[in-house]
Amino acid sequence: MRPIEKCDVVIIGAGPAGLAAALYTGRARLKTIVLEKGLPGGQILMTDWLENYPGFPEGIRPFDLAENFRRQAEKFGAIIETDEARGVRKEDDLWGVEGQNREYAARAVIIATGAAYRKLGIPNEERFTGKGVSYCATCDAAFFKDKIVAVVGGGDNALTEAIFLTRFCRKLFLIHRRDRFRAVKILQERVLANPKMEVLWNSVVESAEGESCLERILVKNVREDRTFPLQLDGLFVSIGMDPHTEFVKGLMELNEWREIKVKPNMATSQAGIFAAGDVAEACPKQVITAAGSGVAAALAVIDYLESLGG
Amino acid sequence: MSADILNVSDASFDEDVLKSTLPVLVDFWAEWCMPCRMIAPTVENIAETHKEKLKVAKMNVDENMKTPSKYGIRGIPTLLLFKAGEIKETMVGVQPRDKIVEIISKHL
Repeated sequence: MRPIEKCDVVIIGAGPAGLAAALYTGRARLKTIVLEKGLPGGQILMTDWLENYPGFPEGIRPFDLAENFRRQAEKFGAIIETDEARGVRKEDDLWGVEGQNREYAARAVIIATGAAYRKLGIPNEERFTGKGVSYCATCDAAFFKDKIVAVVGGGDNALTEAIFLTRFCRKLFLIHRRDRFRAVKILQERVLANPKMEVLWNSVVESAEGESCLERILVKNVREDRTFPLQLDGLFVSIGMDPHTEFVKGLMELNEWREIKVKPNMATSQAGIFAAGDVAEACPKQVITAAGSGVAAALAVIDYLESLGG
Repeated sequence: MSADILNVSDASFDEDVLKSTLPVLVDFWAEWCMPCRMIAPTVENIAETHKEKLKVAKMNVDENMKTPSKYGIRGIPTLLLFKAGEIKETMVGVQPRDKIVEIISKHL
């Protein structure tokens, strides 16, 4: 039996939602432990620059913003542990959180585990991951200097990654399954004005091919029902995210996208467990809304613990 | 960085990795790669918990370009497990600790 770390609130995930929640529960003098399996900051660290976080008119480096979030939460007493939650279960009147390194027990839990990139699900995708197929342009763009690459997707993230990649690559194909982008207008304008960029509308990627590295993909124009090969060196996939909810499957209600169902105060179907950020349903996938929902969840936790007394 | 992790370069790769008597887990990373920073605590932890059976090394791909290109690395973080000078396992991207341990344990 491993020793149990007891506290008022365990927050799972130290992205913007988790750290904003920790700031508020810390200030409410609740003993707060935040579990983070990697580095505080979460998904924002995958991008190179944030220009839509209010309060920073010049934009801010995601790493610096994450550091500020962390420092502010720690300033008010939150303890950030490098640990990965494997499961949550009821233990008398507490919630037990099973970590990789330790056990935790808390009166309330906030799940803020975020989401991870979605895969295309095409043949050879796995085989060429790290050999031409990538999910993180900021990580891998430098390997594609003067090369030909494609980005799959049509949302804000896809267009941001595509614009970033054109700083390195010679030519970029932006492959989108519909005839218009979902991304915000300002990004669309930048994409359409970029001479390195060619948009392939109504198109999907059917497979990845090559010997030891990715050499070409098969693209299908779904409107014309026409399939053609595209020679390239890199394929960047940016088609959305899947929430990290495997470890609470069966414990609480999830929606059809496996996001945690929440009430307006971020309470889940289990009393004492709240959810915030990208893992919670109906939370727009933005840093500021993640932080906002983290705060909402923290306030609900404070109310909930007060209602229990003690 | 943890004392259990060795920094390797293009120049020292042969000696430190390929000729090592212990299996070597090499973490290819760069300063600007946030997922590399995310996985770093996991790699450090593995270096600590497996130090009897495994050597853990890091290579900065900005400062060392020959080795990553020799092994066809086009994405980071990439973890390669070497045993007797040969690649036994390749893991790309942020991976949970359990999965890394499970994969490398087959060769220890």
